Amino acid sequence: MEKPLTKDIVANDPPLNLKDFRKVGGYAGTIKALKEMTPAEVTSLVKDSNLLGRGGAGFSTGMKWSMVPMDENSRPKYLICNADEMEPGTFKDRYLMEGNPHQLIAGIIVASYAIQAQKAYIFLRWAYKKAEVVLKKAIAEAYEAGYLGKNILGTGYDLDVVIHTSAGRYICGEETALLNSLEGKRAIPRTKPPFAVTVGLFGRPSVVNNVETLSWISHIAENGADWFKGLSLTGTGGTKLFGVSGKVKNPGLWELPLGITVRELLEEHAGGMLDGYGFRGLLPGGASTDFIIEEHLDTKMDFHTLSEVGSRLGTGTMIILDDKTCPVAFLQNVERFFALESCGFCTPCREGLPWIEKMLAAIESGNGKMEYLDILKAQKKYLALGNTFCAHAPGAAEPLQSGLNYFYDDFVRHINEKKCPWKS
Amino acid sequence: MLTEEEKNEIEEEIRNYPYRAVACIDALKIVQQHRGWVSDESVKDIAHYLGMANEEVDGVATFYSRIYRKPVGKNVILICDGVSCMIMGYESLYEYISGKIGIRFGETTADGLFTLLPISCLGDCDHAPAMIINNDHFNGLTVKKIDELLDKYK
Repeated sequence: MEKPLTKDIVANDPPLNLKDFRKVGGYAGTIKALKEMTPAEVTSLVKDSNLLGRGGAGFSTGMKWSMVPMDENSRPKYLICNADEMEPGTFKDRYLMEGNPHQLIAGIIVASYAIQAQKAYIFLRWAYKKAEVVLKKAIAEAYEAGYLGKNILGTGYDLDVVIHTSAGRYICGEETALLNSLEGKRAIPRTKPPFAVTVGLFGRPSVVNNVETLSWISHIAENGADWFKGLSLTGTGGTKLFGVSGKVKNPGLWELPLGITVRELLEEHAGGMLDGYGFRGLLPGGASTDFIIEEHLDTKMDFHTLSEVGSRLGTGTMIILDDKTCPVAFLQNVERFFALESCGFCTPCREGLPWIEKMLAAIESGNGKMEYLDILKAQKKYLALGNTFCAHAPGAAEPLQSGLNYFYDDFVRHINEKKCPWKS
Repeated sequence: MLTEEEKNEIEEEIRNYPYRAVACIDALKIVQQHRGWVSDESVKDIAHYLGMANEEVDGVATFYSRIYRKPVGKNVILICDGVSCMIMGYESLYEYISGKIGIRFGETTADGLFTLLPISCLGDCDHAPAMIINNDHFNGLTVKKIDELLDKYK
């Protein structure tokens, strides 16, 4: 089984430097793209590969690039690497950046070339200190070797890469909020349209791609669209970094083909539940995805298959709810996060999420009322896309609604017994 | 007043952007790096230096959770309160740390040695619970490990 993204990452070892990365074939795709392909050919190839964005939304990467204006007046343009990983339960981009920074830079160069950007920013999460050190060193090496800067590899193409470390706040991961933050402003999402591909950073055409997405680009340029498609079991294209956290025997992160089943991931790779712990449900792709339960375990981990059972692939890193963790406390934790991280710009999100958290806290502490459950259920409508400015609050509503649905009896027990049954 | 060193560092950042105000967040971080936190005075100095309104810089400074608008202790302990860390028991570790140094989230010890704050998911869920002290990341936390760390950062 091929593991293109992680094959050169050795746990606890420092990442490959440029020289060693070149020895294992690194930058080959970058050289091929810049020397043998036109920007339009690169975009077309990535479109054909059906690479879907790995940041959570799953939008076609090549499609996004193809919407960038390519005429003479379109410059300056920007490529932005979204490295603001902060979705609770998600730990994949950190691994890729710390483990193989040159793979990411190699991809950033090709992506920037495809849209003819002369500047790329890596928007890096504040807390990822090790990734910052590793990336800075790798970027310096890339400049020295002529992969970055003026006239890259003698092709006449110029590109500068700048790391911008953030100052906190989950909302910075939202594409247009990220652009505002990168401009030195409060990270508040922008009205769409216009989309970033035409009016983005500093009002210029911009593409924002996730770390895992960009880490693929050089590989696809080197090996082609059919190779990429062949890596998945479902034809979607590619492997995916999948993670499991919670009370399992072997929590961790694995690169596996898209289309393996949830059960395979949970039981074979994560080793199943820890002795003494029973399985109740899981969020398949971070905190803003809907719960799935036992009956869904044979679902394939892919973009469209998880939608069929009412959830999303999201970031592909799952959080397991065990039978010794109170589902109400689990949801209260998740909703407190979303309430705290709301940017406060639109009313349903700013006002709605704290109320949800207060109600869950009341239920958890034995002060809940049955009518709260109806109020919580109704939030799905108020926090739906269209009523809010961005996907933050709709994302917060996903685990809440499915949690209410699957663990309804547990909510009722809290209210009837006037205490959390999980607390003695 | 911004020091020459702070100004030089801010200028370094400005070079990466098309206009000065873009470096606002970088400037706040630079000042905080040197002084531990960002005072009202510093907000005004940054605004003046970047050609922005004081209120604009204050709006940015108060938005971001890693910009401190109050003084913090010598060591800032950031405990991950993400859901994976909750499942793996961060709450009892928080109670342990809190009991040991005598402060709750949002507080600083009287001797100015520690500030205790929560932080969102640190992306280390398979080695939960996790926390950051200043710029150092720690995972797989236990009571024993916490005892060692609190000693180390004294």
